[in-house]
Amino acid sequence: MSEISTTYPASAGPTQPLVFHETTESHTPNGTLLGFWIYLMSDCLIFACLFAVYGVLGREYAGGPTGAEVLELPAVAVNTALLLLSSITYGFAVLEMQRDRQSPMMLWLTITGLLGACFITLELREFAHLVSIGAGPQRSAFLSSFFTLVGTHGLHVTCGIIWLIVLMSQVAKKGLIPANKRRLMCLSMFWHFLDVVWVGVFSFVYLMGVLP
Amino acid sequence: MLAQTDLTKLIFGRLTLESLPLHVPIVLGTFAVVAIGAIAVLGAITYFKLWGYLWHEWFTSIDHKRIGIMYMILGFIMLLRGFADAIMMRAQQAISFGDNVGYLPPEHYDQIFTAHGVIMIFFVAMPMVTGMMNFVMPLQIGARDVAFPFLNNFSFWMTVAGALLVMASLFIGEFARTGWLAYPPLSDIVSSPDAGVDYYIWALQIAGIGTLLSGINLLVTIIKMRAPGMTMMKMPVFTWTALCTNVLIVAAFPVLTAVLALLALDRYAGTNFFTTTLGGNAMMYVNLIWIWGHPEVYILILPAFGIFSEVTATFSRKPLFGYASMVYATVVITVLSYLVWLHHFFTMGSGASVNSFFGITTMIISIPTGAKIFNWLFTMYRGRVEFELPMMWTVAFMVTFVIGGMTGVLLAVPPADFSLHNSLFLIAHFHNVIIGGVLFGLFAGISYWFPKAFGFRLDPFWGKCSFWFWVVGFYFAFMPLYVLGLMGITRRLSHFTDPALQIWFVLAAFGAFLILLGIGCMILQFVVSFRRREALRDVTGDPWNGRTLEWSTSSPPPKYNFAFTPLVHDHDAWWMMKKYHYQRPLDGFVPIHMPLNTGAGIILGGLSFIFGFAMIWYMWLVAILSFAGILVVAIAHTFNYHRDYYLSADDVRRVEASRTELLARHV
Repeated sequence: MSEISTTYPASAGPTQPLVFHETTESHTPNGTLLGFWIYLMSDCLIFACLFAVYGVLGREYAGGPTGAEVLELPAVAVNTALLLLSSITYGFAVLEMQRDRQSPMMLWLTITGLLGACFITLELREFAHLVSIGAGPQRSAFLSSFFTLVGTHGLHVTCGIIWLIVLMSQVAKKGLIPANKRRLMCLSMFWHFLDVVWVGVFSFVYLMGVLP
Repeated sequence: MLAQTDLTKLIFGRLTLESLPLHVPIVLGTFAVVAIGAIAVLGAITYFKLWGYLWHEWFTSIDHKRIGIMYMILGFIMLLRGFADAIMMRAQQAISFGDNVGYLPPEHYDQIFTAHGVIMIFFVAMPMVTGMMNFVMPLQIGARDVAFPFLNNFSFWMTVAGALLVMASLFIGEFARTGWLAYPPLSDIVSSPDAGVDYYIWALQIAGIGTLLSGINLLVTIIKMRAPGMTMMKMPVFTWTALCTNVLIVAAFPVLTAVLALLALDRYAGTNFFTTTLGGNAMMYVNLIWIWGHPEVYILILPAFGIFSEVTATFSRKPLFGYASMVYATVVITVLSYLVWLHHFFTMGSGASVNSFFGITTMIISIPTGAKIFNWLFTMYRGRVEFELPMMWTVAFMVTFVIGGMTGVLLAVPPADFSLHNSLFLIAHFHNVIIGGVLFGLFAGISYWFPKAFGFRLDPFWGKCSFWFWVVGFYFAFMPLYVLGLMGITRRLSHFTDPALQIWFVLAAFGAFLILLGIGCMILQFVVSFRRREALRDVTGDPWNGRTLEWSTSSPPPKYNFAFTPLVHDHDAWWMMKKYHYQRPLDGFVPIHMPLNTGAGIILGGLSFIFGFAMIWYMWLVAILSFAGILVVAIAHTFNYHRDYYLSADDVRRVEASRTELLARHV
């Protein structure tokens, strides 16, 4: 493998001269979706760290409340359903986008945003309840890692909602031009990514957290 | 009265007049020098009416070449600051024996070694490596720019904002006294209640965003924008190392972001991640930060390996020996760099099995690295080696880096590490690989690609002076530390009792003084080269008889890099084009699609600086306002759909015709 031939490939043939440059302006492929995908993977690593931290500290109650004592599964089940549903509605929005039907797409996006807002509201209520019963993030390492992991996810959803609103106003202003479609696809990846992370949070933090 | 205090607190947070180091003469003196220098520079810019030029042509530029150059300038300025810290430490350790306590009080000394480490890694090595990749890589792959030109500009200004925060800590408040990785519990709010650690956290978080985004950007550029025909295994080796480095950046920096965010939460919100009470675990911080930290050293060294590969092939007049093995070695290092982090704290007490695993993985990493050294040697073997400055740095690297690598393997043996851990032996080792590897690589790269960037060569005489001072100075400065480390002297001490040790510290200080001369010669080299630029002019665009595509265009390259996108048939594309007597096209030009400049990057960087500063000093009102400002500017920027334009065929023809004329005049 190591020896590099100094003779050049004969594939072009001895008679046919090699061409060394293009004569037209070539189309540069757009890398936005790939770039955004790579960004999501880096974001995924932040969550991976927070999951690992929760894995280390999740049973360090420091004499404070345990997961089984403070986590309420029914409320979280509702929340999970809301978020999963919002992924489906975003999917419908993308289907409408691909058919270039702006109004139904905007409707599905609005529903997605509302579901996300409900999710955030419920999550904040849960947080407020925990703080009120003295189970705030300062109480123990378990609660610090719990609040940080779940809160970081919530923060992402909040950013997603703000982005959704901005994007909807841009679509309203400019229509379904390629740039906007590309942005809608990025937000779509972001939204589904948050859904996948939530499945991890739900299983790892809530379902396993209530085990004795 | 009370209301007024509250208002002051709301605006200024915990920043008071006492935060200014008015009682520390050394800092006041430094401040005076920096202030006078800054006023002189700003005054000169105003006098020569350069603000408009700088703003339009540089600060808002999305041209990857300009951004690359700005990264290099940032790195060089910060090198001066980081080196000032270094020579202060060497001077203190050389005199602080017995009754003599030296000239630096311990709390000041601790800030200096922390700042030195942070600056040298984050604000010297990282910007220079990023700048090098930014400038060279798109040219090597025959692209017109990077994939996301605006993001590139934004990344740069975020890095500047981080660097400015570190610089601000010199005069407003203090820097961390924790060592460059700020281990808790020392860095928690109980042990370090002042603003030092907060400066550390926010400077790194803000610069880290820039680094991560530039990593994504360059990665997509390499994957998507290579010239037609340039398959992965035909990419120049520097581009390969840039690819691997950016993979590492994307896969490592999020961990730093996460762990610093957790430390910030401990300090700001009272959580218990790394505390010693309520279930926190400080060793988790050490693990997490080294999961970032070890890949980080490969982020720095891999592009340097790439530079040496380009330089060795060019100045040996041979294709690189073992191209494929070089690529595989790079990839293997990339993967292995994630499996060695624990060797930074064998003393944690994780047990014999875990330590053995990490000791062995660490030793395995030396295999691909060794393969690279042999590849360079075999490239030189029977080549017509020309000892131009870049090649001299390369040879100095090979000798020096092998020594550093061997002491590294020594440290990888856990039982040896137990006695060498945190000793000066370790300090000597990592300076040995970072100066001998990364810095020498960057210097080789600077002297190699300087003509490409500016259109004239660097003056070789002052370059050689700088080279010899640096190399000899390096050995004087760090070989004594190996000896001291083996004698059991630990790092970060500002005072010693045993007078027998002093001679070694004096030798090390002498070495640092030689390096000072080396840096002086380097600055002289830039000045002299600029003044002699007509004599050193590179009209061909190919001053070294190079092999890769960046040498096929003019020096400096036009905005659009290549009038027509090159077609690649083999590695060393430009070498092959020369072999085939390639004639550059003189007509038939077409309009070229180009990105537009934007001021959003520098504005966002400025707001981030204000936000970071406000968070450090608990100025909540300012923090909220500046954060809102960041959001508004960022969102407003997304409403700008007008981001590109077409450079007309006439403009391209004009630029190309002037080059044709220049070439004709210098046949």
